Order: sequence, then C-alpha cells, then structure tokens
Amino acid sequence: MELFLFLLFAGIALIGALGVVLSPNPVHSALSLVTVLIAIAALFVVQDAQLLAAVQVIVYAGAIVVLFLFVIMLLGVDRSESTAETLRIQRPAALVLGFGLLVTLLLLISPGWATGEQSLRGVANPAGGNVKAVAESLFTTFLWPFELTAVLLVIAVIGGVVLARRSHLAADEELQQLEEQDSETETS
Amino acid sequence: MIAVQVTSGYYLTFAAILFTIGAVGLLVRRNVLVMFMCVELMLNAVNVTFVAFSKALDDISGQAIVFFVLVVAAAEVAVGLAIIVAIFRRRRSGATADDIDLLQG
Repeated sequence: MELFLFLLFAGIALIGALGVVLSPNPVHSALSLVTVLIAIAALFVVQDAQLLAAVQVIVYAGAIVVLFLFVIMLLGVDRSESTAETLRIQRPAALVLGFGLLVTLLLLISPGWATGEQSLRGVANPAGGNVKAVAESLFTTFLWPFELTAVLLVIAVIGGVVLARRSHLAADEELQQLEEQDSETETS
Repeated sequence: MIAVQVTSGYYLTFAAILFTIGAVGLLVRRNVLVMFMCVELMLNAVNVTFVAFSKALDDISGQAIVFFVLVVAAAEVAVGLAIIVAIFRRRRSGATADDIDLLQG
C-alpha cells in the first residue's frame, strides 16, 4: 500500500515538475507547480509528517503560488514565451549538466545514509503525535532560529514594499505625462 | 503480490530527480517567473529529503528544519517578485532574463 501511494504521488509530482519546465505559458507552469506541491504534501502524509503536509498545502499551494499568479496577472505576461533559443548551446549544455547532477546525486544516495543511529532531539512520532513533537522541537531546540525567522520575515516584508513601491518622483512624472497626453487629445 | 518496503532510498531518489528537473528548468527557461518556480521545485526536493531522513533516523529535527526552509522560500518569493515587478515597471518590453542586460554595457 505504501509503495502504491509512493509511486502514485511521486509520478504525479514528476509529471507536474516536467509540466512546470516544459509548458510555454507561465500560468500553466504555476498550475503544474500546484500539482507538484500537493503531491509532495501527500508524500509527507505517507511519511507520517502530518503537520508539514498541512503547512505545505496552506503556505505553498495557498500563498506562494497565489502570489505567483498575482504577479503573472499584474504584469500581464500570461502569453506564451517564444521557445526559440538565444544561446545555441544552452539547452544541450543544460541537459548534460543536469544529467551529471542527477548521476552525482544518485551516487550520493546509493550507500544508504540511514545509519540506525538513534535520534538526538526527539523521535519523529511520539505518543503525543507529530504536531506536538514538531512544536516541542521548534520551541526548545530551535527556539533561537525560530525567533530569527521572525526577523527574516519582517526584513522580507519591508524589502518587498520598498522594491515594489514606485517612488513619488516617478509617480509624479507619470501623472504629468498622462495629463499632457490628455490635454493634447482634448485640443486636437 | 510481494510487499515491498518503501525505504528512504525511494524518497531520496525521487527528490534527486525532482531537484534535477528544477535545476535543468532553471538553466533552460528564460521567463523569470518560471525560473522562480524552478527554484521552488528545488527547495521542495530538499524538503522531501529532509522528511525522508527524519523518518529514517526517527528524528524530529528534519521536520523542524523544513519549517525554516518554508520561511526562507516565502521570504525569497516575496522579495524576488517585488524585484521582478520593479524591473517590469522600468522596461515593459520583455519578460525574459535576456532583457535584463543592464550590466552588459
């Protein structure tokens, strides 16, 4: 049963990943990304990481992909991209490099890293359940990094606002141009 | 039917393939938004690896660290998309990485 679930969701995720890379339309890529993320959430459930599965669906599929779609629609780039190559050797080189990366990763996996060592920071699924175990880990062992993520998120929010906001000067100039255009059309 | 034990190796292999697809996509695609999505694919492959090790070693740390990866991914998307919006505001011509050539002289 576990094998069946693994093969099903891994297959869905890989097909979705190919869809992200291969579909020329960014909107289709984003929707394929949702497929991948939800399939991975299902794989988390298979591996007894229930809390992460929920967070995966809420944060990734719910927030991040919606942000992607927002930007796609805001910028109006939802038309298909031309598939012509600008650098001739780019695609073969990328495929060769990717193949090398895959072989390296598989070689790294092959010795088997599950050493049978017992956990140092608490077992993954104690009697209290997965959610309690993650919470205890986050609020004891990883308390300092957890606090730092708050700082990181604040910095990201401020950075996002500063970068995406248009300056007063630029806005004034645009307004002026628009007004000039309006007056020209009125006089003509 | 033989009951096959799904070991962590299955998940690690799956994560390796997913990571490679993301990496190749990042190299091949020229739309900046799709390149970002490929980065998300790679981050997710790493998350799968963390959870697989968390189960194999019966250690909760792996799942806690996935949280931090999620936070970094969210921050990265927020700032990255803001940068893309700022670029688009300046040059409406194109959506691809080839159009961002200010440093080319």
